[in-house]
Amino acid sequence: MSRQEQQARGREGVRRTVSRTLVVLAGMFAFAFALVPLYDVFCEVTGLNGKTSNSAQMLVHEEVDTSRMVTVQFITRASAGLPWELDVQTRQVRVHPGQSNEVFFTFRNRGGDASQARAVPSVSPSEASVHLRKLSCFCFQEQRLEGGERLEAPLVFQLTRDLPADIKTVTLVYTLYPVQPAQAAVSPRRPRKEGDSA
Amino acid sequence: MASTLPPKPTPEHSTATAGGMAEVGHARPRGLMRWLLTTNHKEIGSLYLIFSLSMFFIGGIFALVVRAELFQPGLQLVQPEFFNQMTTMHGLIMVFGAIMPAFVGLANWMVPLQIGAPDMALPRLNNFSFWLLPVAFALLLSTLLMPGGGPNFGWTFYAPLSTTYAPPSTTFFILSLHIAGISSILGAINIIATILNLRAPGMRMMDMPLFVWTWLITAFLLIAVMPVLAGVITMMLMDINFGTSFFNAAGGGDPVLFQHLFWFFGHPEVYIMILPAFGIVSAIIPTFSRKRLFGYASMVYATAAIAILSFLVWAHHMFVVGLPLVAELFFMYTTMLIAVPTGVKVFNWVATMFRGSISFEPPMLFALAFVVQFTVGGFSGLMLAISPADFQYHDTYFVVAHFHYVLVPGALFAILAGAYYWLPKWTGHYPHLRLSQWHFWLSVIGVNLTFFPMHFSGLAGMPRRIPDYALQFADFNVASSLGAFLFGASQLLFVLVIIKCVRGGEKAPAKAWEGAEDLEWSVPSPAPLHTFETPPDFHPHRH
Repeated sequence: MSRQEQQARGREGVRRTVSRTLVVLAGMFAFAFALVPLYDVFCEVTGLNGKTSNSAQMLVHEEVDTSRMVTVQFITRASAGLPWELDVQTRQVRVHPGQSNEVFFTFRNRGGDASQARAVPSVSPSEASVHLRKLSCFCFQEQRLEGGERLEAPLVFQLTRDLPADIKTVTLVYTLYPVQPAQAAVSPRRPRKEGDSA
Repeated sequence: MASTLPPKPTPEHSTATAGGMAEVGHARPRGLMRWLLTTNHKEIGSLYLIFSLSMFFIGGIFALVVRAELFQPGLQLVQPEFFNQMTTMHGLIMVFGAIMPAFVGLANWMVPLQIGAPDMALPRLNNFSFWLLPVAFALLLSTLLMPGGGPNFGWTFYAPLSTTYAPPSTTFFILSLHIAGISSILGAINIIATILNLRAPGMRMMDMPLFVWTWLITAFLLIAVMPVLAGVITMMLMDINFGTSFFNAAGGGDPVLFQHLFWFFGHPEVYIMILPAFGIVSAIIPTFSRKRLFGYASMVYATAAIAILSFLVWAHHMFVVGLPLVAELFFMYTTMLIAVPTGVKVFNWVATMFRGSISFEPPMLFALAFVVQFTVGGFSGLMLAISPADFQYHDTYFVVAHFHYVLVPGALFAILAGAYYWLPKWTGHYPHLRLSQWHFWLSVIGVNLTFFPMHFSGLAGMPRRIPDYALQFADFNVASSLGAFLFGASQLLFVLVIIKCVRGGEKAPAKAWEGAEDLEWSVPSPAPLHTFETPPDFHPHRH
């Protein structure tokens, strides 16, 4: 093989290597963004991370397991910069698995102007989140309150009977975040509305 | 492509070995333009190395600000806000500005010489990827002068600390990281293209020196994970400026997602900073033991195994975020599995020295210190891999001790070893022996005095990244601070050694070290600007 031939072959090889690495690069960049929905799906399927379904679920009709009691605690928080209060009628209830329960939450807008907010739920321990079924929840949608307005909203939930026996206490945390109408529109994962995919 | 334009030799640097003298007629730019426009792998390699050395001192000064504040409990010198900026900038500068460019510089200089190639495959791209770096880091450093200060959220920039609660300069930080990332990616493409296509005729993959092998694998890691980093910081940028909610729980996002994405980049990044170090040490130890490297093939496979495993361990940085038990166990076991190929490497280095005829020139001193101290860092890494124990160690100075042991007496010592090893090839002179020995011993004492006590303060519960601490940690911190200043000052000796070595000193022959066998030792010292314009005759001599 002459020197020229060798050089030409080297150049060809370089071009091939570079185009292949560029393909891998583009693929990995896309993969990083693909991980965002994948992560969501993964969390939803496994219930990891304390994420609960954002849409109403059917009640599972099963016999109430009267042999054991589970403590369900409620924690409410309003984030800084939002003049709202979120209160719950009772801090904790004792329920049987399988039984459906209703708890009322109170939203109060202490500010003078109308504003919008959304309560974001989290469940601890996270293993419990797949066994928690919400039939109705204020957290499925944003709330809009006029200045000084007060709103009572129910949470109807059920803990299914297959809840692992070692879980004695389930804590539901609701954190209020302000919602700018514009921000909600561009959000890559706008919370699904009720009935979207139940 | 750039490679169609042959580099032009300079009359003042060319020697008889440089071919292509027909091009002499073109005048080469002089002065500053020579460096701005150079496409020569040796000149670009030198630029990378000088850049990384200056970043090393800037990052070092930031570290000394931190250590000065931590000399005593209470707040003496700086405000907590500034302290946070110093810890953050120290980490960013050292990782992206000092260690990574130093390895790229060594690759630029040595990979073409070690495989018998005339230059990098894409010389003009090479120039571009270097000159992106000063831009990136000038931008990053300028954030310190901006209203609200520079990045203050730690080098891991966890959201929402780096999005919702970040200073306004964060957008500049993101841009500078993008530029540095593009530089790394272009450098990696160039190195892969060079190694795969420009080897001397007859050199098979399994004939390549280990520095070339480790860099090839490192370059693949860079190609795989730098785009993920680019993706993460792009998401941050959109969360900050365009109202998206990737990491914002209020909008349906998740801050923990940030940590998963970051560490999916971050853990391979850790190996990007250590694999080339393995390659350097694997060149030096056989040379000064006057033996072949023990287990060449197993070294190659161990490096590849470490690279593959590095994609399966990221969540060991996140043991306390509330992972399910299954995940804790999975990441604990995969992390411990990495100890196996790493152990193979340490074993091979020791076996290479076994019954060798060892001499202790400065490169060998640094390489030996690397093996011992990197192993210390490896062991503390195993302790951290134990998930239940990590709940205690997490975010303490034990973690700081661990990663500084693998990065300073690990990666940095390997870079220093490589510099001492190849300085005769670069400058034509041996580095001053006495000064090198002083540099070595002061560095070893300084580095251990700095980081060893951190194991104890960490196990006792001292949290990292906090400008103040409880009284019982005072003694450990006095030792750490004194050690840090000793280590920092002794690096000035290194600069002195380099300056003296460039200006003169004992003349080095082409084969500067008795046991050195790779191709770079077949060209004269100092290496002429153009080498291997006709491919060398390569005969597999070892492995």
